[in-house]
Amino acid sequence: MTTALASSGFDWVCQLVRRESAIVLAPGKEYLVEARLMPLARQLGLPGVAELVDRVRARPDPAITRGIVEALTTNETSWFRDGDPFTTLTSTVVPALQAARRPTEEIKIWSAACSSGQEAYTIGMLLADALPNAASRVKITATDISRAMVERTRAGRFSQLEVNRGLPAPMLIRHFTRVGTEWEIAPALRQMVTASELNLAGAMPRLGPFDVVYLRNVLIYFDPPTKRDILRKVRQVMRPDGWLFLGAAETTLGVDDTWERVPCGRGSAYRPTKGN
Amino acid sequence: MRALVIDDSRAMRRIVASILEGFGYETRPAGHGREALDVLEEGWVPDLACIDWNMPVMDGLQFVSVVRANPAWRSVTLMMVTTESEHGQIVKALAAGAHEYVIKPFTADAIGDKLSLLGLMPAGVPA
Repeated sequence: MTTALASSGFDWVCQLVRRESAIVLAPGKEYLVEARLMPLARQLGLPGVAELVDRVRARPDPAITRGIVEALTTNETSWFRDGDPFTTLTSTVVPALQAARRPTEEIKIWSAACSSGQEAYTIGMLLADALPNAASRVKITATDISRAMVERTRAGRFSQLEVNRGLPAPMLIRHFTRVGTEWEIAPALRQMVTASELNLAGAMPRLGPFDVVYLRNVLIYFDPPTKRDILRKVRQVMRPDGWLFLGAAETTLGVDDTWERVPCGRGSAYRPTKGN
Repeated sequence: MRALVIDDSRAMRRIVASILEGFGYETRPAGHGREALDVLEEGWVPDLACIDWNMPVMDGLQFVSVVRANPAWRSVTLMMVTTESEHGQIVKALAAGAHEYVIKPFTADAIGDKLSLLGLMPAGVPA
């Protein structure tokens, strides 16, 4: 029989996730903790999440701690999620970069919080179709706090259910091959993408400089000072004429005033203001 | 918005129809391609047709070819919803004129994602 997660257990999980990732789990998210941690509890042969929390509190185990943080920081993802940031890439950003850069100059893009890689490969597919020399010119850096997600991104393999989520059928047949029950991204696209672990709230390694950064549906999980700190670090690894895409519910306004909001399609992009 | 749901499995028709109705669609069922053509010929021309591949009387691929050959039905978006999951089958369906392809099993979110891609998500429904 499973027991419900007591408020002390929930608080402990919140503190752990906050400490390890700076992500804030709001009160009332007990259901999320229960749902996300249940598979981990089962994997360890425990009847429920309360027992999982009791066990790791009594006998700290770095692997289980990491599993808890990963389960709570991994977000749903799909191809072409929210559409606009991707249509803007080909309609506005690529023409601007082509005008501003030499024809063979590298174009560097960062998919921060890449989850299982759909965003990075969506960008890769679009650029492969838009630029004849994309394979040699485009470098996509994909990072995520979760080691499991980074490994999945590197593998470039997706289940049937995953390719059903927003990937246009013409792109599926052009850029993937079927391998058993999964679909594998074309080698040329996999070579465009380099995946590594990165905690956005931690120290920033040497990255970039990037022409475009996708930092979508990430800031919503952080408190205002952490948001400001992440935006500052992102600006430091961007080229002065670079483009930043945030999630539809996110903005730099009122958080960090060194960005200019540029309307693009039905959404917005953000660009560093001059002198910052 | 209107959708024609074509599948020889009554259970599958009900699942697809209820997902689409959840997005605000008015739906009509058909058990195979010929029955679906009857609906079109009677003048009920939908925005979207969700089409199974393997059906008796007239299969999904034949239905797609017949609809694409008739300029009067050019406005109908054709989306295969099938267990056929081989790369070559998807190539064949798109070559015949299907616009999109969903492989069974699928979730309601997968259908919603495709509707957004196709610009067929009714206004007021979050994409």
